[in-house]
Amino acid sequence: MQIEWIFLIFLLASAIGVSVVKNLFLAVIIFMDYSAIMAIVWLFLESPDLAITQAAVGAGVDSILFFLTLKKVHALKGTREE
Amino acid sequence: MKEKKNALQKLKQWIDGEITFFDAEESISRQQKKQQTFCFPKFSRLKKAQTSPAAYRLFCMGVAAIIILALLAVVNELPLFGAAEDPTNNEVVERYIESGIEETGAINFVAGMILDYRAFDTFGESNVLFLAVICVVMLLQKDEKNYNALEEREIQEDELFDKKSGKVLIRCAGKYLSPLVMLYGIYVILNGHLSPGGGFSGGSIVGAGLILYSVAYGHKKMQTFFTMKTFTIINVTCLLVYCACKSYSFFTGANHVGASVPKGIPGMILSSGFILPLNICVGMIVTCTMYGFYSLFTKGEI
Repeated sequence: MQIEWIFLIFLLASAIGVSVVKNLFLAVIIFMDYSAIMAIVWLFLESPDLAITQAAVGAGVDSILFFLTLKKVHALKGTREE
Repeated sequence: MKEKKNALQKLKQWIDGEITFFDAEESISRQQKKQQTFCFPKFSRLKKAQTSPAAYRLFCMGVAAIIILALLAVVNELPLFGAAEDPTNNEVVERYIESGIEETGAINFVAGMILDYRAFDTFGESNVLFLAVICVVMLLQKDEKNYNALEEREIQEDELFDKKSGKVLIRCAGKYLSPLVMLYGIYVILNGHLSPGGGFSGGSIVGAGLILYSVAYGHKKMQTFFTMKTFTIINVTCLLVYCACKSYSFFTGANHVGASVPKGIPGMILSSGFILPLNICVGMIVTCTMYGFYSLFTKGEI
């Protein structure tokens, strides 16, 4: 029971963090973190199907696409500042 | 009658691109004019708020707070999770749980639901994914008309930079991790009717493995076995196989022909009728889509 509360509080914190953080790179990483915690919460809700999909799509492919978009629009520091 | 004919002719001309009903530049300039003259005549407070940033911020926060409170009130009204008088606790769920294994042969109820009872929905979803990737191809693929010299130079510079830097860590990860990731994805796809998972989740795992390999070893090496041609062939064949399988079962089921597919013993890998081939089809479509998105976003070609 207690560990679920910890995960839910962490989920809320990362959800608020995504919208508050100014650095885009950090925002994508916090979003990734949100997806990973959401996958664990799905496991607690006894739906492993959704947990696998959330981990693969939310934490994996989604954040890769976000990073690629940030790189394309030159918003990532260290790649190509113009 | 004359007007109708005129309308038809105009429509034909419009399709051929000879005349335009809607001029983009003209409408944009009209809208700009409107915006310049547009103001809030009645809500003078709003106008004041627009001019002073602090009041504007306060107004925005108020609107956001009202929306959040309304959504939270709706959440409060929702029935309890898993309660007995829940409206989702109806005869449909009973039917699925009581006779799901008999009727579909799948131990994983979710796979039985998605690919047997509601296979038509999943067919639509696969089509939506296919359409999405086709739209991305139309927008992002490089050809004579969609060519940018600056972007091309940037890509070549990036490739040079990639060759110079050793990338030891990611090469090592790509060499040893990506086969394991892909193997796990294939396991999830093939055991979709026995254990949690299925076509969509397994396909996205295999796609993530392909992306890891492509990041580690470059786009050129990937093109030795995965080009636009293989992408198209796999996607179209899988959609057609899915369509044929489901048309067969819809046709025989609706006409009471009774020539159904043997269900097999629940729990064996070769069981549950069409669910295994359908899972493989969906998995391959999702794999191609995920890798296609990645490679179109980076290089503009598959």
